[in-house]
Amino acid sequence: MKKFLRKLFSKHENVRAYALLSPALILVILAMASPLLLMLVTSFHTQVSMMEIDSTLTLDRYADFFSKPVYPTLLFRSIKISFLVTLVTLLTTYPLAYYIAFYVKKNKMLWIVLMTLPFWTSYLLRVFSWRVILGHKGVINSALMFSGAIDEPLSFLIYSQTAVVLTLAHAWAAFAILPLYVSLDKIDKSLLEASYDLGCSKFQTFWRVTFPLSLPGVIGAILIIFIPTVGDYVTPQLVGGTDGRMLSNMIQSLFGRANNFPLGAASAVMMLLSVSFVALIVTYITKKVSLRMS
Amino acid sequence: MYKKNNTLLIYSIIYFAFLYIPVMLLPIFSFNDAIHMVFPLKGFTFKWYDQMIHSSRLHKALMNSIKVGLVASIFSTFIALLAAKAFTRYKVKFHQLSYGAILLPFVIPEIIIAVALIVLWTGMGLQLGLIPVTIAHILFCTPFCLLILISRMEGFDKNLEEAAMDLGENAWGTFWRVTFPLVLPAVIASLLLSFVISFDEFILAFFLSSSDQTLPMYMWGQMRFPKKLPHVLALGAVIIVVTSLIVIISYWLRNIGNPSSKKNNIGGI
Amino acid sequence: MGDKEFIKISNVSKNFDEVTAVDNVSVNIAKGEFFSLLGPSGCGKTTLLRILAGFEYPSKGFVSIDNSDVTDIPANLRPTNMVFQNYAIFPHINVKRNIEFGLRKEKISSEEMNQRVNDALKMVKLEGYENRFSNQLSGGQRQRIALARALVKRPKVLLLDEPLGALDKKLREEMQIELRNLQRSVGITFVFVTHDQEEAMTMSDRVAVMNQGKILQVSPPKELYDFPENLFVGDFIGDINLLESQISSINGKKVKVLINALGEYELDSHTVITQNDNVVTGIRPKSISISSNETNQSDIQVKGKITNTSFYGNLTYVYVSVEGIEKPLMLSTAESLQGLSVNSDCYLTISLKDIRIIKKN
Repeated sequence: MKKFLRKLFSKHENVRAYALLSPALILVILAMASPLLLMLVTSFHTQVSMMEIDSTLTLDRYADFFSKPVYPTLLFRSIKISFLVTLVTLLTTYPLAYYIAFYVKKNKMLWIVLMTLPFWTSYLLRVFSWRVILGHKGVINSALMFSGAIDEPLSFLIYSQTAVVLTLAHAWAAFAILPLYVSLDKIDKSLLEASYDLGCSKFQTFWRVTFPLSLPGVIGAILIIFIPTVGDYVTPQLVGGTDGRMLSNMIQSLFGRANNFPLGAASAVMMLLSVSFVALIVTYITKKVSLRMS
Repeated sequence: MYKKNNTLLIYSIIYFAFLYIPVMLLPIFSFNDAIHMVFPLKGFTFKWYDQMIHSSRLHKALMNSIKVGLVASIFSTFIALLAAKAFTRYKVKFHQLSYGAILLPFVIPEIIIAVALIVLWTGMGLQLGLIPVTIAHILFCTPFCLLILISRMEGFDKNLEEAAMDLGENAWGTFWRVTFPLVLPAVIASLLLSFVISFDEFILAFFLSSSDQTLPMYMWGQMRFPKKLPHVLALGAVIIVVTSLIVIISYWLRNIGNPSSKKNNIGGI
Repeated sequence: MGDKEFIKISNVSKNFDEVTAVDNVSVNIAKGEFFSLLGPSGCGKTTLLRILAGFEYPSKGFVSIDNSDVTDIPANLRPTNMVFQNYAIFPHINVKRNIEFGLRKEKISSEEMNQRVNDALKMVKLEGYENRFSNQLSGGQRQRIALARALVKRPKVLLLDEPLGALDKKLREEMQIELRNLQRSVGITFVFVTHDQEEAMTMSDRVAVMNQGKILQVSPPKELYDFPENLFVGDFIGDINLLESQISSINGKKVKVLINALGEYELDSHTVITQNDNVVTGIRPKSISISSNETNQSDIQVKGKITNTSFYGNLTYVYVSVEGIEKPLMLSTAESLQGLSVNSDCYLTISLKDIRIIKKN
């Protein structure tokens, strides 16, 4: 038996590999896959009363989701806000990653550490500090009033979709800077020299060489920012107001005060589906674009 | 060719300010002798720190957070270490699929994992509390640990492990005498960073902990009350300083003694 | 059995997914032999070495060392030790602890351990380096430490995976001699992998030439050079002029061959050749002589025109185009060219005993 085991382990790489992977895979199956599956099943159930759930399978929760305008609206808004966050984050961090990759010669690591350090400090505190910056009696308003630039607080700063986008773009910056920097830094500098040598201007070189080669980083950043932000709860709750409310806030109340687990589960499933769908489209389009560019 | 670009430099500095000012505001106002966070600053005080130290609910939340963080960081680092060894040392069938599955909790919206776990946990008739929070944190931290450890394992020479086998060590001895000492800095970095992630994590704890508050939940609860706010600022300032130190240490750990330290060893994070 | 079959590799194949890295190889290695596996990169030589070490298991076939079957025995339980291509010196422990590494598993006293470590260091001439770390050593020193670390285990077989590849030319040549002397003095069987034919030729007792997973010929170096059994070996080892040829008739060892542009001759064959074999004839550059006028003393004489000469210190290579032969013939001479230069007409003379019949496959 012992000999058999030894032979099994030493001769079959897959057996050894899966023995090592098993804790991680068991974790993913028990703590992620099975809860998600159970949630999917629950979305076909009905909440009868406070404590009671009817487990006859029905599509009614999805009908509920689409018949009341608030759910599709919130879902659409969540996707729209995430899309804007992704776009704003990419546009604002690309020049920075580009600068670090191509112009910073010494202490590149220091730059990277400094740019990603805020990400590690409490997410809740970062969002919260935007609330106090943008707030009615917040830092900006009080500073402007103190300096005499305005007489009344600017009310449009907080409780808006813009505030949500701004806050999230700040909170997720590190997730864009890193993949962008990594893909830009990998580019062989002699390719750019070759491009100049072949008569391309700096601008043309960027569009025809640098940017296409940085696309893996761009795709990475898009997926890593877009998907989680669709489900963000803290930011809309703290700086979104009614205008900036997102689907996750609704899901929270369905699992909380409203106590309608099946409808909450259906909403979560819808969120997951649309996120996956958009992620697939993004990857597909970017691949097409990169093919055309090269 | 790439000597200087002042426009980009100025832009970078402005962006730098955009990143840091919101984070720095909290420590600044934590010393301000006023309840509201408004300009102009009123005067210097330590009283919010004093108030913070004497809050017993805060102590309890802190202990909860440390408990969850320790367990989560140890388990996720251990699980990730085994997985990292499998991914970097063996040809795994369905490599992409298993790798993707283990990294997935890192991208799925946390709220979805949170509510799914509520459904499972309450469905099994169990009480919500720190246990499901810890499990969720292990799930959420493992991808981070895996990325850190894989980048380290890829950085060192596979031949070293073979050399140990060749010199008569079995798999276990090879791991403890060669692999482990060489990945140790990354293991510590992984422990520290996953602790920080768990310590700061809010959503999963908010949904799954019921009445056992963690520190972020305590802060969340206090944020609504203007009077309680200043001591949350003090707490926030302490958290920011401590986590920054831990993160800097772990970045440093990930670079020392790394044979490939010329590469920027940030492995996706 | 016995010392001739100290290492016995029987019908070993190794497949990685679709790729066959080692293809049905059988070879025996004698005790105390310096045996080289030579071939271009990707020919399977390193895989074969790793099968001997126990890092890879053969998909088919058997391996035995000193009369015991080790096919299923993992690396740590085999009487072999290896010197890795990049030396694999453990970076986190010093030289002394590197050399001790494998002795910890053997139950020996600490005095004996120290003694053996000191002896090993003396053997590789690195006494006094005990406390250094890998990053404080030069490439040559690391190589010696790797050697000491493996030999201190007193293996039955030492496996060396291109251990000199990373050194510069001069150091490499020094180490070749040193390694050869070391092998003679310790008497351990060495299996040495290299892609450098000169290295294999100068050091080995026997060389196995590999290509595409197969061993094509196993011979002592000189035989390999003088009597290549097939086209790949002839071409891979040293320079050779190859001429298209057809077999006319075979009479025992005497084979009548029609050589392109030279004519029909009866030659001695050194391998088994049948009527249907596709063959070429090969002539080493050193076996062709050049002169400015005709002589009658040689078996074959052809007229040609010098197209190029290149000077290599003690030898001059001359390229001569001959009517009817596509590629100019190459010859080497240690003497001066006596007024011959590029574009001069000249006469080449070849002795029949220097012409080899080589199978194409």
